[in-house]
Parts: sequence; C-alpha cells; structure tokens
Amino acid sequence: MGSPFSPHSVQTQSIAAVFHLVLVIASVVFLVVAAGVIYSCVRYQGRGVTASDPRPIFGSRNLEILWTVVPLAIVITLFVVTVRAMVLIDAPQNAGQTADLTITGHQWWWDARYPNGAVATGDIHIPAGRRLLVRLESADVIHDFWAPELARKMDAVPGRPSYLWLEADTPGAYSGACSEFCGAQHAWMRFRVVAEPEADFQAWLQRQIQPPPEPTGVAAEGARLFRSKKCADCHAFGQKGPDLTHLATRALLGAGISPNTPQTLALWLTNPQAAKPGNRMPDTPLSSPEVQALLAYLESLR
Amino acid sequence: MTAWLCAIDHKRVGILYMLSALLFFLAGGLEAMVMRAQLAAPNLKLIAPEVYNQMFTMHGTTMIFLVAMPVLTGFAVYLTPLMIGANDTALPRLGALSFWLQLFGGVLLYISFASGNAPDAGWFSYAPLSEKPFSSGPGLDYWALALLLITGGTLGSAINLIVTIATERAPGMTMRLVPLFVWSTFIASIMIVFALPALAASLVLLLSDRLLHARFFDPAQGGAPLLWQHYFWIFGHPEVYIVVLPAFGMISEIIPVFSRKPIFGYPFMATSTVAIAFLSYGVWVHHMFAVALGRNFLAAFAAASMLIAVPTGTKIFSWIATMWGGAIRFTTAMLFAVAFLLEFTIGGLSGVAFATVPVDWQLTDTYFVVAHIHYVLFGGTVFALLAGVHYWFPKLSGRLLDETLGRWSFWLIVLGFNAAFFVQHFLGLLGMTRRVYTYPNLPWFGALNLISTIGAAILVFGILLFCANVAMSLFFGTVAGDDPWNAWTLEWAAASPPSIRNFAEIPTVRSRRPLWDRKHPEAPDWISV
Repeated sequence: MGSPFSPHSVQTQSIAAVFHLVLVIASVVFLVVAAGVIYSCVRYQGRGVTASDPRPIFGSRNLEILWTVVPLAIVITLFVVTVRAMVLIDAPQNAGQTADLTITGHQWWWDARYPNGAVATGDIHIPAGRRLLVRLESADVIHDFWAPELARKMDAVPGRPSYLWLEADTPGAYSGACSEFCGAQHAWMRFRVVAEPEADFQAWLQRQIQPPPEPTGVAAEGARLFRSKKCADCHAFGQKGPDLTHLATRALLGAGISPNTPQTLALWLTNPQAAKPGNRMPDTPLSSPEVQALLAYLESLR
Repeated sequence: MTAWLCAIDHKRVGILYMLSALLFFLAGGLEAMVMRAQLAAPNLKLIAPEVYNQMFTMHGTTMIFLVAMPVLTGFAVYLTPLMIGANDTALPRLGALSFWLQLFGGVLLYISFASGNAPDAGWFSYAPLSEKPFSSGPGLDYWALALLLITGGTLGSAINLIVTIATERAPGMTMRLVPLFVWSTFIASIMIVFALPALAASLVLLLSDRLLHARFFDPAQGGAPLLWQHYFWIFGHPEVYIVVLPAFGMISEIIPVFSRKPIFGYPFMATSTVAIAFLSYGVWVHHMFAVALGRNFLAAFAAASMLIAVPTGTKIFSWIATMWGGAIRFTTAMLFAVAFLLEFTIGGLSGVAFATVPVDWQLTDTYFVVAHIHYVLFGGTVFALLAGVHYWFPKLSGRLLDETLGRWSFWLIVLGFNAAFFVQHFLGLLGMTRRVYTYPNLPWFGALNLISTIGAAILVFGILLFCANVAMSLFFGTVAGDDPWNAWTLEWAAASPPSIRNFAEIPTVRSRRPLWDRKHPEAPDWISV
C-alpha cells in the first residue's frame, strides 16, 4: 500500500500539500499548548499548600479575545485552502456524463469496465499521464474506492453513481483497498491500478476483448464442466462473481488474499470458504479429475 | 441488596450507573484486546473474520452507549444535587427507571452473543450492510432493540438532570454561579434531548426494514442508504460532545482546586460550552465527506466543523491560564487532568485535520481516525473521568484512593495509551484502512501494529491496577473527611459519604466558590468579583 503522502497525481499532490500545512499548524499549536502546560507545571508546582492561596485571577478579557481571534484566523485560512483544493480535486458529478471507465465494488472484489467492452478484475489498467473520469458504482453495500497515491477516496453507494478523477503521473503498479466497512471480507477487497504508457494501455484494451485461446484436451473437458457445474452462471454472465475471461493473467486471487497459483486456485474449487471465509461462492461437489480438468481450463484463460 | 435494587436516591442511582459502566468497560476492553491480539502481526488467523467484526461492533457500541454515557450520567446524577445544594434530583423515580432501562439495554445487547450472532455491522451499522439481505442473523435486531432501550433511559436521565438544574438550585445560586461541571451537564443533557430522538427514529426505520419488510434504505425499492447516514450522524456527532462536555466540566472543577486558583474566565467557559453545543448540530456531514454530496454542501459542513476548534481552543487556554501563577499540587487526580490537556489537544488537532475536506478524502476510514477518536474519547473523556474518580472518590466512599498505586496506574496508563494509539496515526498515514481483521505484510505495518498491541496490553495492566486501587481503598483507604482537597464547591460541605439528606441545612450561595466564602469571611468572592 502506498502512502497517501507519496502522491502520484495532481489531485493527491494537492491533498499532500494541504496535509503538510495542517501538520505544521497543528504542530505549532500543540507545542504552544504543551509549553504552556509544562511551564505551569514546573514553575508553579509545589509552591505547596501554603497558608494562603495565590492571588485569585478570575479572567482577562484581552487574553480571552486573543485566544479566540488567533484560532479563528487560523481556521479561516484553513477553510480557504480547503475550498481551493476541493475545486481542483473534485470531479464533476453530473448525472449521465460519459466516463472513461466504470469501476464497481462488490462484496468483496472490484471490477472495471471500459467503453470497448474490456473488463478488468483485480488489476485496473490506466494510461499513465492521462486523467480519466471514473464512474463509481456499487453492486450491493457501500464500498469506498481508495488508491491513496492516485486519487481521493470516494464512496461507492448502491443506486447512486459518483465520479472521480483517476490519474498516475508515472507508469507503475499502485495498490488500493476498499475503505468503507462492507462486511466479512472488507479486509480483502484490495486492488491494483496498473498505469502503463498509452500504447501499452491501448494494446492491453485490445487484448482484453479477445477471447482466450480455445481450450484443448483436458482443458476442453474443464470448459464443459465450467458450464455444466454452473460456474458460468456467476463467472461469465451477470455480475454475481468476478469475470474470469483472462484469469491466468492475474497475479492475485480473491482481491488480494492469495497469489494466483494452481494450489490456491484449486482451493477455490474444492473449498471456497477456506479460500476466503464468508465469500458468496457456494460449495460445488467436484471429483478429483473434475478439479484437475477445471484447473487446466482456468490456467488456459490467458 | 434490596436497598440497592429499589434505590431512588440520586447517590445510589449514580453509583449503580458507575458500577455498571465499569463492568461494561472491562467487557469493551476485553473485546479491544481480542482485536489487538488478532492484529499483532500480519495475516494472523486467531479469530474468524466475522468474529473480528463482532468484536469491533460490540467494542464501539459498548464504549459509547454502555460506558461513556452511563458513567458520565452516573457522575452527573450523583454530583449535581450536591453541587447545587439540593437533597435529591427533581425526578428521582425517573432517574431510577432510566438506569434500569439503560442496564437492561446493555444486557439485551450482550445476550446476542448467546444467539451465536452478535451484531457485526459496526457501531454505526450503515445501511444496506445492516439490512436483512446482508446481515441475516438476529444480531442487528438485538443491537437496534438494545439501543432503543438505552435511548429511552438516556433521555429519561437527561430530562431529570435538566429539571433538577433548572429548579433545585440552592437559594442565591443563579445560572451564573453554578459550577462548570453542572453547566456542562446541563448543556450535554439538552443536547441528548435533541440528538437521541434522531437515533431512535433511525433505529425504528431499520427495524421496520428488517422485521416488517419496509424499504427505507433499499435503493432498488426507492429507499436511500444515505438517509441512514444523515440520521445516524445528526445524532452521532453531537454524541461526541455529549460524552466530552461533561468531561470538560470535570477538568474545570479539578484544575482550579489543585492549582489553588479559581477557574480562569468562567463566563467564557460557560459560553464556549453553549457554542460547541450549537455548532455540533451543524457538522454531522463531516462523517460523510467521502460521499459525493456536492462541493458547496461539504464546504459548509467543513466550515462549521473547523469553527468548533475555536471554543474548544479557548477552553484549553483557560485551563492553562488557571494553572498559570497557581500553587500546583500533583495529586493523581491532577496528574490525570494535566495529561488530559495534552492528550485531548492531540485529538482536537487531528480533528481539525479531518475538517479539512481534502485531508479527510485521504485519511477517513484509516487508522488515523482510530487514533483521533481514541485521543478524544480516551485521552479526553477517560482521562478526565480518571481524574474525576480520584477527585470525588473520597466524597463517594469516605476514603482516599491510594496515591502510590494511583501514580503507578497513571504512568502505566499514559505509557500504554500513547504506545497503543500514537503509532496508529502513522499506520493511517501509511494507508492502513480501519475495520480490517487482518492486513498484508507491508513495510512497517507489522512493527507498528505490534507496538500498538503491546501498548494496549500495558494500558490494560494500568486500568486493572486502577481497579485494584479502587477495590482496596474502598475498605482500607485513609479516611478522607468531608473536604480532603480544601475545595470550594458545595459537595465538599456535605459529609463523606453524604447522608441520605445531603445537607442538614440548605446552604445559601453568593458566589461561584461558596466554600471559599465560608472559609475566608475576610475576602469572600462575592466582594472581590
């Protein structure tokens, strides 16, 4: 997970600048308070239970005005800085505007859909150096899309699409996570944003809409099982389960819970609740040869 | 036993509140330790994800509704009549009923564990996660029903306190002369009356959805998930001040006595309390900055949220000015009060960071928030309460708490608290989201979480030492006498512990420090002010 304060976009740079200002102001205020407290404690300690108490002071109008006006000036400054940064960071929220891609949160994974029909699960690809308008949706409960180095976080509220800017100034893989509690596996609702040069991105977009190679041999048997065992009901049509069209190209499974290896993939087939406790995938009784055939098919989905 | 079960005397009801809060505090602390154990290292599997979710839901719900509010209500119910020179609250039977509603609400909440499905949607239970399709067990029903009972109890005690303060003050005690703890209790009680109905309404909507197939929060049927958030936070943010203002009031009583100086700027302190109360109803959307609600809308709530820093800041400076030039005596009570000043300031300043919308857009729902709320609610409310317990224990029990044990527990609590929670600021800044049952092995995550867990263990040890001190001093403590601190407010004119009738003769009040006047007839406050 990258820190929100190692920014890689105009928006997050702006947030980092505001944060640094707040940090400086807060540190100064804290030091003033701490100095006052510590000085009082040290200087006026143990003048003891004297026969007579110190001279009572009931207040001071000038001091009170001072410590009202100075904090007021500070918060007014912060407010101006806040509004200016908000204008820069916040994307337009016009209903029905055309977005560059649509990202949807599900319990518990993300997918991204592109205008040319490409679908990405797990790794969301974007062109480096170009600002994209993302339409954010939720398929079930409230999620929150957060790629700290690249963009502000934004809640994905069911029935209420929202928009945010997504941008990376340099190519690279930037991690992200769901940042709104969304149920049993909120912890494993992670994703990566892969920023690549424009040409690579366009090539990736084209590859994503190509079907995977035709399965042969045992993989062809797996492809048949994929349909007859109803895997395809959720994983190929509709949005109940993650799209698996190019599963073998993915580095991670289960929104980050494990690496994509034959062993971890087999666990999803034989005991999905062990692979990711609480997830919505039902148990499907499979014989050992059926598991091997399905694995062969899934491993062929490049 | 029967005497306690049937008690309507404000002192007994107050102590019942405090004892039940202590019990639930230990339960909530245990839940926190289960969480910290699970988070001690990356990818641990000590408990199942849904158990972890139950733990943080119960921890938050317990600490807010069964600890913070009841213990402050307990202090308020116990102390208010004594501080205003009355012999009981105005509505003692309502006071007793309120306690039992509150207690049975808590019991109902904890019975949910026996059903095998404790609530697990967070103390805020956002719809639609809290709706039947996503939380099908009975846990959320227990949660909503328990909170409805607790809401009823809290409203009852708040009404009792408002009426008591409005009508039962000793002759001569105008609202300009009541102790600041009473002022803050008064304001917090009024806030309860205006805030908790919003919670009750949202709970009824949620129960309608869950049990009667209503569709208030279901977007597919024309409902609005955000409606829950607006209702919940229009209660939820004033709630923070409901459990912080009385703690401020305690500090305003304790610092003067151990600095041997009257509170600095009493009118300003009372006014700033009222200002905070007003502003607190205009800030709830800062819990929803990450929702796309429109820039101008968010900016308005940001402005109100930032403004709260101003009256809060004047309080901090007034407390320092009270200590300045004083003759400070570091009893354990004063140590906790001074620590409060520093810990709460950290929590207040990180709060300003969250009012700054762009910062919130990165840090909300990270461990930075977890650090922030614990610096406010533990560093603020709990430290003030610990100061208050050490200060008023002699009045409640007739005996002093042991100072040596008190100091040990103080330093353990300070060390443990800061180790547990300060590092969580860094975890948030590194991108660790909150409410996760585990986390990947990213740079620093494991080390910082381990420090936090060790800190929490030290904190627990300090709290247990404090409990031991209370238990032992109750029987073996030094006899305190009526006025062990040479204090100035009326509760110290009553016996320790007070008899059923607090005052043999109702005192007449002419200044804010009636006992000062009595002890210093040569220079009473009502002449020098």
